Amino acid sequence: MVLMDKTTRRHRWDTKFSPYAYVTPYFLIFGVFGLFPLLYTIWVSLQHRNLLDEGGAYLVWFDNYATLFADPYFWNSMGNTLSLWMLTTVPQILFALGIAALLNRKVRTRTLFRMGVILPNITSVAAVTIIFAQLFGRDFGLVNWVLDLFGAGQIDWQAGTATSHIAIAVMVVWRWTGYHALIFLASMQAISPSLYEAATLDGASGWQQFWRITVPLLRPQIIFTTIIATTGNMRLLAEPLLFNPGAAAATGGSDRQFQTAALYLYEQGFTKYDFGYSSAIAVVLAIATIIVAGFGYLVTKRIQTD
Amino acid sequence: MRPKALAIGCFALATAVVLSGCGSDTASGGKTKLTIGLFGNFGYAELLKEYESLHPDIEISDRTASYSDHHKNLAAHLATSSGTADIEAVDTGYINQFKATPDKFVDLNTKGGDQLKDRWLSWKWEGSLSKDGKQIGYGTDIGGLAICYRRDMLEAAGLPADRDAVAALWPTWQEFMDTGKKFQEKAPEGVKWFDGGPTVLNAIVGQASVGYYDKTDKIVVGENKEIKDAWDMVVKGVQDGLSAKLLYSTPVWNTGFKQGQFATVTCPAWQMAKIKDQSGPEAAGKWDVTSVPGGGGNWGGSYLTVPKSGKNVDKAVELAAWLTAPEQQAKVFKNAGLLPSTPKLYEDPSIVDYKNEYFNNAPIGKLFTDAAKALNPQYQGPKAGDIQTAIGNAMQRVEQGKQNGEESWQQFVGDVQK
Repeated sequence: MVLMDKTTRRHRWDTKFSPYAYVTPYFLIFGVFGLFPLLYTIWVSLQHRNLLDEGGAYLVWFDNYATLFADPYFWNSMGNTLSLWMLTTVPQILFALGIAALLNRKVRTRTLFRMGVILPNITSVAAVTIIFAQLFGRDFGLVNWVLDLFGAGQIDWQAGTATSHIAIAVMVVWRWTGYHALIFLASMQAISPSLYEAATLDGASGWQQFWRITVPLLRPQIIFTTIIATTGNMRLLAEPLLFNPGAAAATGGSDRQFQTAALYLYEQGFTKYDFGYSSAIAVVLAIATIIVAGFGYLVTKRIQTD
Repeated sequence: MRPKALAIGCFALATAVVLSGCGSDTASGGKTKLTIGLFGNFGYAELLKEYESLHPDIEISDRTASYSDHHKNLAAHLATSSGTADIEAVDTGYINQFKATPDKFVDLNTKGGDQLKDRWLSWKWEGSLSKDGKQIGYGTDIGGLAICYRRDMLEAAGLPADRDAVAALWPTWQEFMDTGKKFQEKAPEGVKWFDGGPTVLNAIVGQASVGYYDKTDKIVVGENKEIKDAWDMVVKGVQDGLSAKLLYSTPVWNTGFKQGQFATVTCPAWQMAKIKDQSGPEAAGKWDVTSVPGGGGNWGGSYLTVPKSGKNVDKAVELAAWLTAPEQQAKVFKNAGLLPSTPKLYEDPSIVDYKNEYFNNAPIGKLFTDAAKALNPQYQGPKAGDIQTAIGNAMQRVEQGKQNGEESWQQFVGDVQK
């Protein structure tokens, strides 16, 4: 009797507490690498703090934020961030949908193609950017050479705001489209063929089927990829940094024409060593990312399932 | 027996792994291991081997990064007091930032540095001396200034190619620009007179008596007429189509050497190794060196510092002192062209008579020691490196046609006052 009582008690203890034990590692790791840095960044953002002289740090409360909101270079970098967010996220998802639809057909060697689209994603971002920066070179770049064949002349891609944003967006879209395409493809394969058969019988064209069946049924995945792409594209750093290598890399062009908010943060933190200010940028950027991701969520949520 | 032997083997292996994992201070065989963090080309490869053979108990490994990465990593490593090499090189553009926090470094004066003081040019010694009199670094090289030019291109444009005749073309920078206009009329297709406005401007700024700062660390570049005149002159040169519009130390600038996009480039002594690396063997003998317009000036040059967080501070100080001694600086000058910061060598015949084969046997020994003697040291403020970047960006805005000279200057002055 006693023995049985003991096992039930242990069993009850087990069902009650072991789920917590299972999820604990995640929360521990999240606490150490996620939550703590986040809270500490907020704390640092309230200080005047030089990277090389942490002993001399002192609390200034919201001074960094007051300076930040009056800083035209910060707003310039936020504008660039939003522009690059638009130029990367929208094409990325549209191309990914198209590629996924193509790969969902019965084509020869489709496993090869399916594996192939992920290749850009597993290459080193630094290597990709350096090569793209050469392709977009002013004097000897491949892109200008091709444009020249069509009589378009030489473009100094880095010099202009629009041209530099396009060049950077191309790098990001090239790198991430395949990744999103695979997510879409996996969900497309889960859509029941009977829906398409019925639509065909009703006389719907392939184009109508894509927009009326495929896209609405992919809504959860589209929401997911929009949010993932948004959080990634709102903190673009490596591409604009390496697009213009050299001593002036952190300013993102001669007139900061492609300096993203993350790059401005890097400039303040690691070339000017102003960690307090740089942390304030990080906090504002995090809030902006949440707002933009929310906006993306609201837009993609409107996709109707008829 | 066998499982036990295996267990012992595993234990020994594990111990070895653990020891080698954290053993950055002691290498195998009881040797002291020193690391040295460099950027660009210091010409130290053979010297480090020589030091190892002189000191069998020391093993040295060097790591080299790009100019800006090296200094950014150093700042991050100093901030966390981990990951610094035993010796870290610091460029003139950054030394003032680091000497503002001297407590991160070993005060070399307490390690016998004050005895060695007379080795260096006095301004070089003071360059790394903190406000409270702590010496954070031993000087390696100084910039000096000269002009490197392509003989074949000058000849093609009907200008003299002989180095004395070329020097006679440009006693002043204004005459340098005027010669450029003549060059541009008959220049080979796709070749510009100079590499980029920022390079030329840096050289002229380096010659000015007052640069970006006055001696109280106040930024005075906005009111500095000498710099503004230089700015206007270079802007004019850019508008006259003399610039290849390539920013120095970038990949496109490197390509410019290879492709021969410009006929002249401002040459601090350390630039010569870069020109040789970038232009490649096929350009040997095409490059030559002559004196710079406007007299002596400095651009660049470095220091060797010993961060306090190192494990072998004393041995590192010893190595830094050895590497910066006149005998070693003489060797570096011969193999990498870096101009010594020790005035004793400026009279040394083995230096003064030295000629560089790659640069058409130019008498670079004479040229650069003359430049060093004529050099008028300029006070460098805490953020001289940042301001140099900002003025480079400003000149690029003009080159890219984004702004006119006046707008860009106003924006630059506003930026650096912040």
